[in-house]
Amino acid sequence: MTDVIELAGAAKRYDNAGTPALGPLDLAVAEGEALAVTGPSGSGKSTLLNLVAGLDKPTEGAVTVAGERIDRLGEHALARFRRERIGMVFQFFNLLDDLTVADNIRLPAQLTGAARRKAAARADELMELLGITRHARAYPGRLSGGERQRVAVARALVNRPALLLADEPTGALDTASGHDVRELLVELHRGGQTLVLVTHDMALARACASRTIQLVDGRLSLDTRAEAVR
Amino acid sequence: MSLLGSGALGRVVRSGVGRRRVQTTVIAVACMMAVAAAVIAGSLIVATNAPFDHAFAKQHGAHITAQFDPARVSTAALKETGRLDGVTASAGPYPTTTFNELTLVGRSGPHSDVDDLDLRAGRWAKKAGEIVLSASFLNSPLKIGSVMKASGDADSPGLTVVGFALSSARTADAWATPGQVRALASKDSPVTSQMLYRFKSASSKGQIAADRKLLSAAVPSGSLLATQSYLDTKHSADRGAAATIPFLVAFGVLGIVMSVIIVSSVISGAVGTGLRRIGILKAIGFTPREVVRAYVAQALIPAVAGIALGVVLGNVLAVPLLADTAQVYGGVSLSVTWWVDVVVPAVALLIVTVAALVPALRAGRLRTVEAIAVGRAPRTGRGQWAHRTAGRLPLPRAVTYGLASPFTHPVRTAAMLLAVAFGTVAATFAVGLTSSLNAVGSAQDPQDRADVTVVSGGAVQNRGPLSPGAARRAPSVDPAKVGAAVKAQSGTASYYGMTRTDVTVAGISGSVEATLYQGDSRSGSYEMISGHWITGAGQVVVPTRFLERTGTRIGDTVRVTLGKDTESLRIVGEAFDTDNDGLSVHADMAGFAGARPQVFQIQVKPGVSPADYAAKLAAVVRPLGADVLADEGSQQDGMILVLDSIAVLLTLMLVSVAGLGVLNSVVLDTRERVHDLGVCKALGMSPRQTVSLVLSSVAGIGVLGGLIGVPLGFALHGYVLPVMGHAAGTGLPPSVLDVYDAPELVLLGLAGIAIALLGALLPSGWAARARTATALRTE
Ligand SMILES: Nc1ncnc2c1ncn2[C@@H]1O[C@H](COP(=O)(O)OP(=O)(O)OP(=O)(O)O)[C@@H](O)[C@H]1O
Ligand SMILES: [Mg+2]
Repeated sequence: MTDVIELAGAAKRYDNAGTPALGPLDLAVAEGEALAVTGPSGSGKSTLLNLVAGLDKPTEGAVTVAGERIDRLGEHALARFRRERIGMVFQFFNLLDDLTVADNIRLPAQLTGAARRKAAARADELMELLGITRHARAYPGRLSGGERQRVAVARALVNRPALLLADEPTGALDTASGHDVRELLVELHRGGQTLVLVTHDMALARACASRTIQLVDGRLSLDTRAEAVR
Repeated sequence: MSLLGSGALGRVVRSGVGRRRVQTTVIAVACMMAVAAAVIAGSLIVATNAPFDHAFAKQHGAHITAQFDPARVSTAALKETGRLDGVTASAGPYPTTTFNELTLVGRSGPHSDVDDLDLRAGRWAKKAGEIVLSASFLNSPLKIGSVMKASGDADSPGLTVVGFALSSARTADAWATPGQVRALASKDSPVTSQMLYRFKSASSKGQIAADRKLLSAAVPSGSLLATQSYLDTKHSADRGAAATIPFLVAFGVLGIVMSVIIVSSVISGAVGTGLRRIGILKAIGFTPREVVRAYVAQALIPAVAGIALGVVLGNVLAVPLLADTAQVYGGVSLSVTWWVDVVVPAVALLIVTVAALVPALRAGRLRTVEAIAVGRAPRTGRGQWAHRTAGRLPLPRAVTYGLASPFTHPVRTAAMLLAVAFGTVAATFAVGLTSSLNAVGSAQDPQDRADVTVVSGGAVQNRGPLSPGAARRAPSVDPAKVGAAVKAQSGTASYYGMTRTDVTVAGISGSVEATLYQGDSRSGSYEMISGHWITGAGQVVVPTRFLERTGTRIGDTVRVTLGKDTESLRIVGEAFDTDNDGLSVHADMAGFAGARPQVFQIQVKPGVSPADYAAKLAAVVRPLGADVLADEGSQQDGMILVLDSIAVLLTLMLVSVAGLGVLNSVVLDTRERVHDLGVCKALGMSPRQTVSLVLSSVAGIGVLGGLIGVPLGFALHGYVLPVMGHAAGTGLPPSVLDVYDAPELVLLGLAGIAIALLGALLPSGWAARARTATALRTE
């Protein structure tokens, strides 16, 4: 099995003094793996995710994702990389309020220049899969939190990314909706989707992840290849 | 701090000013540009408003310049004339003579109770051998240090130019020490005595005539040789100014209106977008009044700085323009009139305060809950239809997303649209005004368009100062012989004879200036407002004012008398001729037996060099007593050049202020959307796509602004010009009115897009560079 993510001595500093917010860190995530990143607040979980997503660059070390040294890419290439290889899901959904659900989901496909019809077909397929077809023409503002997060997941998957990143995907949801989203992620992992999931929620980590790491002050303090428990 | 009340309030204001750097800069720069434009326009309006009167009043100009014969009246007796009843001030006697056809007056210094000269360059003549020239020679080849020799006497020591001085009443062409003047006198040009007078009443021709009578009665008969009235000088000075003043006023008004609109829209936009922050301030206990004060202060701090800079900039830019204007008009003001520097910033401050107060009061009244809710609650409804529609366009997604986004903020979009539309109106109007101005310039004195001019004698009109030995030269040249020589000369394409003389016209008291033509005068045709140029005897072409004064129309007949001849002439055309207050006529010479051509205006055949032609013709006509002048390419009227540069300057300023308005709106918009843009970038929107998103969000506004602005500017030009012409007492010919052509209008329409895109370029770059991770944190 090839590694989708490979961090070699990667570190991120926001200021020159003191210890780095993250790392230096060596980490490899294999294809098909579901990795849960846990740790206390401020331990560097989001920072790690941003490095992997190409939203931020390490101050030291190398970050290789899907075979590309993304710490060396320029802005334009990074954007291409993100829309082709990465799907992202956020705690607060980050849907565009002035676009319909269907338009939100299609957007990343359209950014790649995909044919309108193909993008629409892929979006329909995902909405069907995630059970949000009846909301296709609604605006995100009218949906419940759980429904919004489903839309966000559909949007993240529209380009069939090599890697799905989720930062506290259940953090803003009530228990029932959180459960919904957890099921969805388990489902995706079973389908072979490589997944990195940041969460405080140990139950979520146990449910979805094939492996859990814990960060403390930006350092790896625990790495289990636990068997997924249902 | 007392201005801002509590320390907390001051901190809020300071952080508001500091955090919103773009907005603060835009307010400051917009105020600066607007105030600078207003200072320039305002001071030029003041400077060109009766420039002669200003200069004349400042210099205590001479109402009457009189020449006396020193052989018949003593110096003491002349001094005594200054004490006559009705004379308020006098100066002289100064010895006067003629030097190289120039009226040379001996004065020991420039200052005097009457005709207090303005030394423009160099210094006054201190000793023999030095000469100070009239400021009208400033643009001539003569410079300080040039040596002028008496004509026909190459061995004479000559006079060295040491300075240039301005006399608004044109009392002399040049000055030297009194001793030098006496030394230069000869039998041909004897010394006469110049006296300068100011009178209690001297505002009309009649009063001047009475004043002159008073003088001549006070001295032995025959000793008053000649007098010159300031009214004649004023007349010729004002005439140049009259046609152009309305243009300046139009620019000034345009500049001020633009400034008001842009500055108030920028400031109200700035306050309007701070609503959420206002809500938070109120939630933590700020009173409505404190909120109002905080927001007015946030606008006023940069505005005051901008206004102060604008006054400085306006003064710096206005000085060279004013100097040019003064040169052209012969005025004396070299600095911005003080009250312009006071009134413009005061008015600007008032406008800024009101512009800030209105939205600030609204903010103060806003309910706290509402204010906090602004921007929080998910937007629904607004502009979503636009996204649906734009999404269907066959364009890249980033572009269609941008195109639809203005509809989410209708008010801000309207403000931006207003800024672009006004910028386009200003550009369109200013371009039209400049073209019209140039057309006015090139429509003046069409006879100057001749390639070669032959002067065949007679007094060529002399507007210079009173010369003691005037009208000496009048050699008997036979114009018929000169005309025949021109006709026979190879290379002549067409020519006509021309003379200017005073005539009387039935129905107009006083004299009317007649220009009479012999031969084919089509090449010297004035621009016609209606009708056609004279094509033969019995026809007359007149300016607008003539028609108004006589109550005539084209097709009517007027009786024109020159000497013993009275002709009934049919009016065939209305010409664009503003000379002589519009009291002039153009007619064929036939029928006026007393008229002889003074000059022949010649067009040479294509390919013939006017200079060579002139040289060959000179060899033939010089022996006949005539002289030949080749035209060295007509120079642009100085005033037109000045106005052109003002027009360009003001247009640039207005357009950049409009651009700033757009910049401000786009920055606000981009900042508000920074989170959405961050999301798009996280989803893989590339920097280029982000730039095109932001640019296309203003492109529609640019197109619409252009579509609104160009026709409005066009209509404004079409409305304002005739009004301006009317103020100047003339109709306007098509060459002045119809100055736009289709490609130019299309280009101006694109100006709207250019303004919008330029304004959006900077924020779009920011949006593209903004760190996505940071943008996503904004929640
Ligand atoms: N843009 C930034 N500038 C400066 N410091 C930052 C920035 N982003 C994060 N940090 C710091 O880096 C450290 C790690 O932050 P990070 O957001 O990765 O934590 P986290 O584990 O995601 O916390 P949480 O569970 O609260 O989301 C923190 O100390 C934070 O203050
Ligand atoms: Mg985090």
